[in-house]
Amino acid sequence: MHNFEYVRPKTIDEAVSALSSDEAQPLSGGQTLMPTMKARLAAPEKLVSLTAIDEMKGVRMDGDQLWIGGGTTHATVARETADSYPALSSLAGRIGDPSVRSMGTIGGSIANNDPSACYPAGALGSGATIVTNTREIAADDFFQGMFMTALEEGEIVTAVKFPIPQKAIYQKFIQPASRFPLTAVFVAHFGDNVRVAVTGASGGGVFRWTEAEEALASNFTGDAVAGLSVSAEDMISDLHGSGEYRAHLTKVMTKRAVDALA
Amino acid sequence: MNSIKMRVNGKEVSGTVEGRTLLVDFLRKDLRLTGTHVGCDTTQCGACVVHVNGNPVKACSMLAAEADGAEVGTIEGQANADGSLSVIQAAFQEHHGLQCGFCTPGMIMAAASLLKENPKPSEHEIREYLDGNICRCTGYHNIVKAILAASGQEVAPPAMAAE
Amino acid sequence: MPKDGGIGSSTKRREDVRFLSGTGNYTDDINLHGQLYAHFVRSDVAHGRINSIGAEAAEAMPGVVKVFTAKDFEGVGGVPCGWQITSIDGNPMQEPKHPVLAEGKVRHVGDPIAVVVAESLEQARDAGEALEIDIEMLDAVVDMKKALEPGATKVHDDLDSNLCYDWGFVQENKDAVDEAIKNADHVTTLELVNNRLVANPMEPRVAVGDYNRSTDEHTLYTTSQNPHVIRLLMGAFVLGIPEHKLRVVAPDVGGGFGTKIFHYAEEAFCTFAAKALNRPVKWTSTRSEAFMSDAHGRDHVTKIELAMDADNNFTAVRTETHANMGAYLSTFAPSVPTWLHGTLMAGNYKTPLIYVNVKAVFTNTVPVDAYRGAGRPEATFQLERVIDKAARERGVSPIELRRQNFITEFPYATPVAVEYDTGDYHATMDKVLEMSDHAGFEARAAESKKNGKLRGFGIAHYIEACGIAPSNLVGQLGARAGLYESATVRVNATGSISVMTGSHSHGQGHETSFAQVVSEMIGIDANQIDIIHGDTAKGPMGMGTYGSRSIAVGGSAMVRATEKIIAKAKKIAAHLMEASEGDIELKDGQFTVAGTDKSVAWGDVTLAAYVPHNYPLEDIEPGLEETAFYDPANFTYPSGGYVCEVEVDPETGKADVVAFSAADDFGNVINPMIVEGQVHGGVAQGFGQAMMENCAYDADGQLISASYMDYAMPRALDLPMIQVDHSCQTPCTHNPLGVKGCGEAGAIGSPPAFVNAVIDALNRGGHKVDHIDMPLSPDRIWSAMHAAK
Repeated sequence: MHNFEYVRPKTIDEAVSALSSDEAQPLSGGQTLMPTMKARLAAPEKLVSLTAIDEMKGVRMDGDQLWIGGGTTHATVARETADSYPALSSLAGRIGDPSVRSMGTIGGSIANNDPSACYPAGALGSGATIVTNTREIAADDFFQGMFMTALEEGEIVTAVKFPIPQKAIYQKFIQPASRFPLTAVFVAHFGDNVRVAVTGASGGGVFRWTEAEEALASNFTGDAVAGLSVSAEDMISDLHGSGEYRAHLTKVMTKRAVDALA
Repeated sequence: MNSIKMRVNGKEVSGTVEGRTLLVDFLRKDLRLTGTHVGCDTTQCGACVVHVNGNPVKACSMLAAEADGAEVGTIEGQANADGSLSVIQAAFQEHHGLQCGFCTPGMIMAAASLLKENPKPSEHEIREYLDGNICRCTGYHNIVKAILAASGQEVAPPAMAAE
Repeated sequence: MPKDGGIGSSTKRREDVRFLSGTGNYTDDINLHGQLYAHFVRSDVAHGRINSIGAEAAEAMPGVVKVFTAKDFEGVGGVPCGWQITSIDGNPMQEPKHPVLAEGKVRHVGDPIAVVVAESLEQARDAGEALEIDIEMLDAVVDMKKALEPGATKVHDDLDSNLCYDWGFVQENKDAVDEAIKNADHVTTLELVNNRLVANPMEPRVAVGDYNRSTDEHTLYTTSQNPHVIRLLMGAFVLGIPEHKLRVVAPDVGGGFGTKIFHYAEEAFCTFAAKALNRPVKWTSTRSEAFMSDAHGRDHVTKIELAMDADNNFTAVRTETHANMGAYLSTFAPSVPTWLHGTLMAGNYKTPLIYVNVKAVFTNTVPVDAYRGAGRPEATFQLERVIDKAARERGVSPIELRRQNFITEFPYATPVAVEYDTGDYHATMDKVLEMSDHAGFEARAAESKKNGKLRGFGIAHYIEACGIAPSNLVGQLGARAGLYESATVRVNATGSISVMTGSHSHGQGHETSFAQVVSEMIGIDANQIDIIHGDTAKGPMGMGTYGSRSIAVGGSAMVRATEKIIAKAKKIAAHLMEASEGDIELKDGQFTVAGTDKSVAWGDVTLAAYVPHNYPLEDIEPGLEETAFYDPANFTYPSGGYVCEVEVDPETGKADVVAFSAADDFGNVINPMIVEGQVHGGVAQGFGQAMMENCAYDADGQLISASYMDYAMPRALDLPMIQVDHSCQTPCTHNPLGVKGCGEAGAIGSPPAFVNAVIDALNRGGHKVDHIDMPLSPDRIWSAMHAAK
């Protein structure tokens, strides 16, 4: 990789100030950034490590919401939300592999918004709030397309706050090489409404399948999904599956999620 | 350049590294601990798995500077104090859980982490835990067997001669 | 029971200790004083004309010592090809030059254009980006059939076309085969693709070149399966270095699977540059680089026809294959689709008439060469798939159709030029059906159905020819090398033994199993015996390890050398005991005189050989060291029956392999534990080919499966436990150990078993699917099911 200046601030304020220079980039768990930089596809002049910022770590209840520090690793989330939010724990516990989960963080994953990442589905499906150093952003407004988010230059995800649904589940069908989702669906049932977030499938990144949400709000059974169809138009088509296949999987995974919860 | 210090296999070490120096390169080139291997560049194969502060980590995807102050364990530190093979290492030998040996250090380190978290894993749990460790030689059959055996669970002995 | 440490014992591997403790010595672990680092700058287009390479800015960058381009290699030979094929028309194959660095044109993504050598690897990479390379893009040829169309863009401007050769085998049989197919009661036809694969040993390739100016000696440390072959090819054909000034060392090598047989440009480069710069030069491949520079495997497109009479006896087989050579001819590439493939088309069956046509084609892709099985998986796959299809078309059991046509009498001369010495195909079929509980399958299928899954049972039988090969035969077939093996057995004064073998272990465990053989023969503890391999400075010229040849050919050489040792030791023992040589017996490390209680220990004899005070100096020389070269009389022919059971999820198309059984006949077995491990690994690679792996190019020649993000390597979760058995043993009749090769069997026999199982599952579920091309990924299975509706 290209060389860079490396700094490792201890506080969010120091990190934000370090990031204010041109060509500075935050480093969180690095499980995507390191390979990208090794391939010389990213070449920041300065890398600001967020891994020593204690105020960005941890899992706790904040009123009726679950607060997870942006620098919290997948392994920690998997372990510490097992009781409070089992569906999220299960999602975090199946990202990548154990070594990736030791390093990768929720903030890093959400800020990167890889179209095949797991956390964006968990956050969007839960209707989470993304907390940054300057503001709070609803997940619905945060994810803006493949690798695109509402984050401004130098803005970092310091925490994610999750409302806890009555029940939820994450159904993942893996791409056999990368082990990322080929298509995965996060379904959350809040009593009065249902959220369905899909990752891996669309060229536009994570999205809500609103038609299914509406159908499920009044009839939370797999059958409610059976009659729906997903357009293959915007779906990713690649070596591992056509757009039609991903559209089909979206439905199958959603139905399975609902069947498992209903 | 960054000055770093860490404990590797219980010994204090220090060095001066560029920002871009990966932990695996610090181990292999600066410390000459060449047991940790590099088999890919996309954080997938797991030949480079080491322990950082007790957790399994892919040393090819962590900057050396990020390990400043950390407790690092590598394959070279896995044997017993008298140099004899650890329970896991011995089980890999007993059950032929390695062939070319290249993925083996990462496998041993991953297996050690697994058994620390889950002392009696099922076959399925072992396979799940090894999702980030690729072996091209063994078909995983004997690796899984070795880890089952290392956890004290009953497995068939290695192949007997045909009569 | 076999003796502990002797033949037939599952002796624990001695090499494991260093691998388990992180103290192995792989090539990348070698760092020489003053070492420089080489970074290859490679083409990112599939086909282009190099207009200019500007290196000035790069050479001025920190740490850069020199930038090399093709200009620096004027007068240096191309990377040679070791096998010549003759076309039907009698012309030799078209053989383009394969320069060390691209000359004038780049011909595949990954073709090396320039090399930056610098003080550190990152400095070399930084400077690589500063090279000013002007390449004019040309149309790329990717599809083999399009490459052969008139007017197609040529990969090599100086060749007539993109056709490397057009091979017919056995040409004299062609008319009879055509006639038999025309007159058949039934002909089953299948068109299929044998998917391109990347071998992916977990250790990427590495080369370290070193040069000693005062002695004019070169040393190359390299990740090779056959260091002597590299020394010969690189020394004689590329760099013009005589063998006595060139040492090639292949230390611990982290898997090969064929792709480390070949001589690569990077090896020649590091050797050349070390002299040019008078400093050691190291190159370590990244995995991404490996995908575009390691020779790939397979990539055949085939049509096969199987003719049968009214009673379902096979009467003829005709196949037509297009085989991708890639942009250049890799070391043994031309032999793979021809002699390693055509000669296997009889399989286990007494088909009387067979004709094989192969068109080898140049394309703008990475060169293709041998990968585990090499030609034999392609042959087995066609045959075992078409037989399954034929059984479906004829409404008969695929098991019975196979049994009915099995060869049962040995030796058996096939119509494709090989003679099987031994085998018992009904025995391996019986065994695998028992292991896989064939009788209980219907009940399991019913259980799966209840759970919404489609269960399928797939069977395949295979024969392979390995232990390559009689040198005079392969010479006639176009090999530019002999294929013997060597061994030197050096007995030390105190009786311990060093065996230098020309075979090379890169995971196969020779250090253990070879020692078991010598231990058994002499009767001393295996720990008294060391196996030394992988260094041209240590042992005699050897041909290396590939084609499942190590124990059959290398082991035989070692047996011959050990026999010479024993013969000489008996002479010494006879002298010491004042007995007749003919009366001396060797058992458990003791020489005795038949019918007496006289004995002398192994160690006394070996000491006498080196301290010849009381010694028959007038008859024999002192010392105890013997070398043997063994040239096999025939191939060996392992065979076996494989069964796969799958469950297909009809909603997602995902096929889970729920059980796999392999019953192999490897003849005699030296170390059952190691043999079983070889089968596990081979089956896993066969699984990868059948279900997951796909090296894919787009129409522009871009490699789209260029990392583990897109090239699906089997992981632990993808595979079940693999049941293996080797109790069916028909020993090889022509080598001294009665052994057959076992390294490739799993990769040869298993792919059709996986595919047959999935096709069976789909048909049982009412989906009329005849064939799906590998890999049978979920989307392909799902698409096939929907297309069949």
